[in-house]
Amino acid sequence: MTGRISSPDELKQARTSLEQARESARDIITVCTGPGCVASGAGEVADAFRAQIKEQGLEDRVTFRCTGCHGFCALAPVVTIDPAGICYGGVKPADVPTILERTVGAGEIIDRLVYTHPDTGQPVPYEKDIPFYKHQDRLLLEENRRIDPESIDDFFVLGGYEALARVLTDMDPEAVVQEILDSGLRGRGGAGFPTGRKWSICRQNPGEPKYIVCNADEGDPGAFMDRGILEGNPHRVIEGMCIGAYAIGASEGFVYVRHEYPIAVRNITRAVEQAREAGLLGEGILGSGFAFDLKVVMGAGAFVCGEETALIASLEGRTGEPKQRPPFPAQSGYRNKPTVINNVETWASVPHIITRGAGWFSSIGSEGSKGTKIFSLVGKVENTGLVEVPMGTTIRQLVYDIGGGIPNGKEFKGIQTGGPAGGCLPAELMDLPIDFEALAEAGTIMGSGGMIVMDESTCMVDIARYFTRFLEQESCGKCYSCRKGTQRMREILDDICEGRGTLEQLELLEELGHTVNEASMCGLGQNAANPVLSTLRYFRDEYEAHITERRCPAGVCTTLIRYQIQESLCDGCHACFKVCPADAISGEKDAVHVIDPDVCIKCGACLEVCPQGAISVVSGGGE
Amino acid sequence: MSSASSTDRTAVSNPAADIEDMKAKVDAVLEDHRHDRGELIAILLDTQDILGYLPVPAMKYIAERLNIPPIDIFGTATFYRSFKLNPPGRHTCTICMGTACHVRGGPQVLKEFERQLGICAGQTTPDREYELETVACVGACAMGPLVLIDGEYHGNMSSRKVPRLLRRLDRERAEETQ
Amino acid sequence: MSVKTISLTLNGLPVEVYEGTTILEAAKLYGINIPTLCSVEGLSSYGACRLCIVEIGPPGKTKVVSSCTYPCEEGMQVRTHSARIIKARKMILELMVCSTPASKVVQDLASAHGVTTARFRRENEDCLLCGLCVRMCEEQMMARAIGFVGRGPDRRITTAFDELSDICRHCGGCMYICPACQLRCQGPSAETTICSGCLNFSPSCAEVYDDQQCWMPPECGTCVRPEGDYLPATGHICREE
Repeated sequence: MTGRISSPDELKQARTSLEQARESARDIITVCTGPGCVASGAGEVADAFRAQIKEQGLEDRVTFRCTGCHGFCALAPVVTIDPAGICYGGVKPADVPTILERTVGAGEIIDRLVYTHPDTGQPVPYEKDIPFYKHQDRLLLEENRRIDPESIDDFFVLGGYEALARVLTDMDPEAVVQEILDSGLRGRGGAGFPTGRKWSICRQNPGEPKYIVCNADEGDPGAFMDRGILEGNPHRVIEGMCIGAYAIGASEGFVYVRHEYPIAVRNITRAVEQAREAGLLGEGILGSGFAFDLKVVMGAGAFVCGEETALIASLEGRTGEPKQRPPFPAQSGYRNKPTVINNVETWASVPHIITRGAGWFSSIGSEGSKGTKIFSLVGKVENTGLVEVPMGTTIRQLVYDIGGGIPNGKEFKGIQTGGPAGGCLPAELMDLPIDFEALAEAGTIMGSGGMIVMDESTCMVDIARYFTRFLEQESCGKCYSCRKGTQRMREILDDICEGRGTLEQLELLEELGHTVNEASMCGLGQNAANPVLSTLRYFRDEYEAHITERRCPAGVCTTLIRYQIQESLCDGCHACFKVCPADAISGEKDAVHVIDPDVCIKCGACLEVCPQGAISVVSGGGE
Repeated sequence: MSSASSTDRTAVSNPAADIEDMKAKVDAVLEDHRHDRGELIAILLDTQDILGYLPVPAMKYIAERLNIPPIDIFGTATFYRSFKLNPPGRHTCTICMGTACHVRGGPQVLKEFERQLGICAGQTTPDREYELETVACVGACAMGPLVLIDGEYHGNMSSRKVPRLLRRLDRERAEETQ
Repeated sequence: MSVKTISLTLNGLPVEVYEGTTILEAAKLYGINIPTLCSVEGLSSYGACRLCIVEIGPPGKTKVVSSCTYPCEEGMQVRTHSARIIKARKMILELMVCSTPASKVVQDLASAHGVTTARFRRENEDCLLCGLCVRMCEEQMMARAIGFVGRGPDRRITTAFDELSDICRHCGGCMYICPACQLRCQGPSAETTICSGCLNFSPSCAEVYDDQQCWMPPECGTCVRPEGDYLPATGHICREE
């Protein structure tokens, strides 16, 4: 690894010598070890590559690298071969010798490992041609692809820390703040506050010392963008924070990572140590007079600690109870000193803005929302994963052009954005641009970037209940309106989902929801009713069906559904009988089978195994 | 579901020697964190890593050494989900309750675990072999429904796959004890 | 050394206060009665009950904040009894009445705000988690024997580790200050949950207008009542012709 770097020139030299040392006609094999790939066995695939490369003595022929998340989780485990740019998916350890022999050795494409175009049925071997990637603008995510997050050298080759070098040599702090202001960068954590303005407020506050914090407490269920960056490109975040600290006048910073992300904690901690050793953190960074250091701190399982004042309380060793603002953290935060808290993606964007300019950044995106944004596209969509698009991209483009549409021939029903503080948007709003203002007007929020796609088999009342229960559990409990309000809302939703709901309760739910949002003190409480209010706005008929007809149109709410075997389709194969854990199915072999609705626990196992598709979920129509 | 803020006293019965051992371990953690009460959360997390959970005597000792009102330690330990105030099971089954996992059938997976193990989320089996817990989201959302067994990821779970998974664990356990 | 003064308006009334004054304190100073439950003079403000909420900001761009914790700002426009605020207070009181019907303090507040429905699941809790006892124990008695534990629906107030406290000096301050156990309400019957109402008046002009209509204490609220309705004991009668 490169040693201590004491000046911007030495940084350039380090990069050049690394590039030269790597210059050769080598093939680069990359195994993605992002969360999705690891969950699918990428670790074993990587081990197999390492073992095989050693056994076959290919160390001089081939560069092997594990990286962070590429984004195409639906294809996990993903292996790419460069410089050809071949992308293989669903790779197993047994495929490794074949890949080495045929692709690396002979330049052949292995068709069965390659992505198949859904429309043409043809193999698409090259990553750049895959629709999922083609339609994205991967400013940040592209870097994940090229570096081993454990290697600071890889980051140098990418041009890492050059933005910091430029800032320390050519720009004074006010100019940096102005650049960020001019870029139009808005916080990527959810609230979308103009980053430059936050930095400016903090810088102008007379309090000393100043602090900066990276909020990596990504608590929105369904969102893992920050995890992708922190695990895959930790040095970019560090660089952004160094630049920010310089601009604001801070000498100490924290990276607050949620406890549930041990790999991210490990990677950022290692990167901080590497940065210190290289002289990029600590005293006299790159030989300048600027000193700044970072401490990695873990959360302990509290969604509310993603809120600024709760995060600060947690940093100070207290319970994460939010505090009334003003004063805002930028005026009085950690230890009552001016503190800037920004999201992971926000910090990671900073070096790019410095290198390529505010003008470039503000040329991307929409009028009020500049740059690109990473989204976690998950749920009932073909191409699940992390995607990065310019702000202003429409939901339709995201779900269909990139996401590949809804699997299993189902219909798009809605998309939930912004996590628990957000709302659901129906199919009619598919052409809405993804932009802070447009989403807010439609009754939801951008949030941190979670995009949960839903189809006709998702019950919107159940979704509202899910989020309300989540918020009920995560509420710190201080404000009566939030604590009791979320509890009572969840109880009403329980009643509705379980067939005890009344229309009066629906009115009460809406009324209560408005009070919860209005009277509560922090962002959690102030948005706690959004899932309920947005689903009532766009999917009221579903609520009414649950109430007046005791019917769940999506076939989800267990009390209101029955599993039924269609006589005409059942061929008595007995498969369902074998898997039923409750012995609810009766029938002789080759005769039509029947499910006893009183015994059935609605686990769905029979539906999964029936080869004839004879089992369906029905609801309503009188019990 | 058992409340995180209650403690299972029957399991907390350390003889005197164990208490001295516990104090030595806690002292080491406090040294590591320079007795900085601002690092209380890290101190509690490290103590939990070493002792397996946060026994009441350990929390009392931390309060004493850091000169913090004991109720503050109790309040902090019960506020954050990561802190366990009861001894852990040998195997921890963590079911992800994230949104993506939810729309793909997460609740059914949890229900099946509850059925198979005979306990509710938040509880440990009487023989202390399996602990069942939920987590709001682990961040592997594209692979939902997700289950973690002792920290190891199992993606694309369904209720049908649960018995198989548990059987495999039982087999591994039997092999270990042989 | 003179302390800086701040000018703001309270319900349209231009007022001046010293810097650092909260909206609640300013209102009290000028005789505007904002309902409170978890705020007591001599103890720090906490902002748990949300009854003291007010609307601040220019018309069309207002936000709702708890007046006990929010400092007055230069030029601030405060509305303490707008229709939106009263509606929210009523809902919060309805929640409270359903959870802690035996608290006379809650019943009185509910009556004073014209809460006549109790549409939520009935509980019989003794604690509102207002935190007055915790603050009393810490700030007045310097003991810190009790505090909050847990989170969300599991939140409660107790001693360290749920054990008999050796710090507690049995001063009784917590019981003294507790709004739930100060006075037990004998009013509500099992069926109604809502007390018949020792105090029974509400600012009914808010049902017709967007804001209160006069300088009388907002609890008056008789102006827009049709003749024949209940009149408060104070005897204020301002009938609309």
